[in-house]
Amino acid sequence: MAADQLVAAANGHPASAVVRDVVDTVLGFARTLRHAGVAASPDRVEAMLSAVGHLDVLDPTAVYWAGRLTLCAGPDDLDRYDAAFAAFFGGEAPHVRKSTGPEQQRIVQSAPIETSESGEDGGEPADLATKASGDEVLRHRDVGELTIAERDQLRRLFTLLVPAVPMRPSRRRRPGPHGSVHAARTVRRALRDGGEVSRLMYHRARPRPRRVVLLVDVSGSMSPYADALLRFAHAAVRARPASTEVFTIGTRLTRVTRELRLRDPDKALTASGGAIPDWSGGTRLGEVLKAFLDRWGQRGTARGAVVVVCSDGWERGGSELLGEQMARLHRLAHAVVWVNPHKGRVGYEPLTGGMQAALPSIDHFVAGLRLAAFERLVGVITRA
Amino acid sequence: MLQGVSEPTPPSRPALPGDPDALAAALEATGYLPDEGLATAAYLALVMHRPLFLEGEAGVGKTALARALAEVTARPLYRLQCYEGLEASQALYDWDFGRQLLHLRAAEAAHDGHGTEELEASLYDRRFLLARPLLQALEDSPSVLLVDEVDRADDEFEAFLLEVLSDFTISIPELGTVRAETPPLVVLTSNRTREVHDALKRRCLYHWLEHPDFEREVAILRRRLPQVTEQLARQVARATAQLRGLDLLKPPGVAEAMDWATALHALGARELDPDTAARTLGAVLKYREDTDRVHALARGALFGGG
Repeated sequence: MAADQLVAAANGHPASAVVRDVVDTVLGFARTLRHAGVAASPDRVEAMLSAVGHLDVLDPTAVYWAGRLTLCAGPDDLDRYDAAFAAFFGGEAPHVRKSTGPEQQRIVQSAPIETSESGEDGGEPADLATKASGDEVLRHRDVGELTIAERDQLRRLFTLLVPAVPMRPSRRRRPGPHGSVHAARTVRRALRDGGEVSRLMYHRARPRPRRVVLLVDVSGSMSPYADALLRFAHAAVRARPASTEVFTIGTRLTRVTRELRLRDPDKALTASGGAIPDWSGGTRLGEVLKAFLDRWGQRGTARGAVVVVCSDGWERGGSELLGEQMARLHRLAHAVVWVNPHKGRVGYEPLTGGMQAALPSIDHFVAGLRLAAFERLVGVITRA
Repeated sequence: MLQGVSEPTPPSRPALPGDPDALAAALEATGYLPDEGLATAAYLALVMHRPLFLEGEAGVGKTALARALAEVTARPLYRLQCYEGLEASQALYDWDFGRQLLHLRAAEAAHDGHGTEELEASLYDRRFLLARPLLQALEDSPSVLLVDEVDRADDEFEAFLLEVLSDFTISIPELGTVRAETPPLVVLTSNRTREVHDALKRRCLYHWLEHPDFEREVAILRRRLPQVTEQLARQVARATAQLRGLDLLKPPGVAEAMDWATALHALGARELDPDTAARTLGAVLKYREDTDRVHALARGALFGGG
């Protein structure tokens, strides 16, 4: 429809009216796009106007590309852009995406997998076993205000996490009293001393924080612990925003790093609750872990990182896949830490099928979810 | 300096293509076959003087586009390969300290009586400056600047890249500011091993490169490897497309398809049969798990026919 308006404007109106129409149309489209979840900031919209100016305004394909090239910022935006474009300009988008990146996630997101025969996870208490179903239940987290005790716990976690940074050597160097000779600085100093090399200057590798990736299981069987884990994740992200990534796993993979970067814990937890579609749903650990590795991990997020999986290991997606993917994760990551809330109980043995499959690929196993366990976890992460 | 001698006229440059289709045709003439979106992206980058940010799987032709654009516009290409810890002295400029020292010694030995200020000024002369790719691209304008695999660099590098790309100037404290007469055509590529900062992306046109469709891939193979038979090219393109559908750890890109076709041709194959395909699988698949998977499938079903 708007494209028709463009055509009409071009045919019958003075140039300024056309320009105004184009601007209005683009602004309207940008609004639609923002509703669809693409952050089309004003400077991007300005760029789109400029791009349209260089192309044929009346050609829908040209308008499509002008918008897509300027308003989108990543592969995740492209599907939303296509949908918004189709909706706003009526008709179909002139380009059908056969995506590679996002599609892998879509596979995981769509098909609910068949529930495997019971008995595989033999010997589990019945109530817990039923909670670990592969059925996809989509619901958002009920968000209440944090209690004073929870806020207090958060503050303690935060102060615990700030100094706790795993470090790795980096390729960047800084001046230092020893290390290798820094030729440029040595000569610069020599120039100051009238061309006499009087002192050698050194530099050495500067350590950098190692990336920490938290994978938080938000499925039904984890529901008593997921809140506390998300609070821990929030404290971790706030302590090291640049080197911490948080994903939730259940029947889907959701990246919540961005939401958890909000300073206020209430707002951050509300925002992440809104972003997680499968709160207290089923579990497909293996499949979701694969989605994580395909989309993020192998590309770099898990490479050389300390990866912390917070889950009870209840898996109905077949433990073979989970074992395979855990081995893959172990090859990529610097260290794999598994936090199992059940381990703290007396007499607990990691017996679930998923847990058994994952065990060979785990470097550190942390149990329970009292504050003491969190403290131990922080220690493990720091020393990993 | 000599006066009265006219400057040599710069070699005439071809007129820039007037629309995306003309650019696509020009790119095709150099052997790079872009689709509509990529041609539009490159055209807009050229006329809007905005950097082009290309993302996509490895081996879909991101780097090759920069080369083809340099050829089309008859501009010199400067390439900066990014890595972690890349510093300004490797990306922008560096002083040739060794030669500066020599110069200082020579001036001392000659006792040429110049004042200290003059001596100091002569030390920071343009001839002692080593231009690195970013400075080269600005000085030798108009040019094409390829910032390859920017996701491998770190935040510090992104910060000063942002500074250069926002106004295409580099200020050298000892010398002054270098400004490009015509902003260079900048192509940034990323394999998405890391999320590049929004501030950098905002200044760019963003394009996600797909694997080409079947017909385009055949055309690319035929174009780049004229020695390969039509039938072999079609079969390789079909098999590669099938491999991409298998959910492998590393789906093969166009580059792998070309490697594969070259390997098959080198073995004297005129068409793809299961046996040669299995022997040359290392040209397309780079993970043992992937190779095992493909071997486990019915090889005939995958590589037979055509």
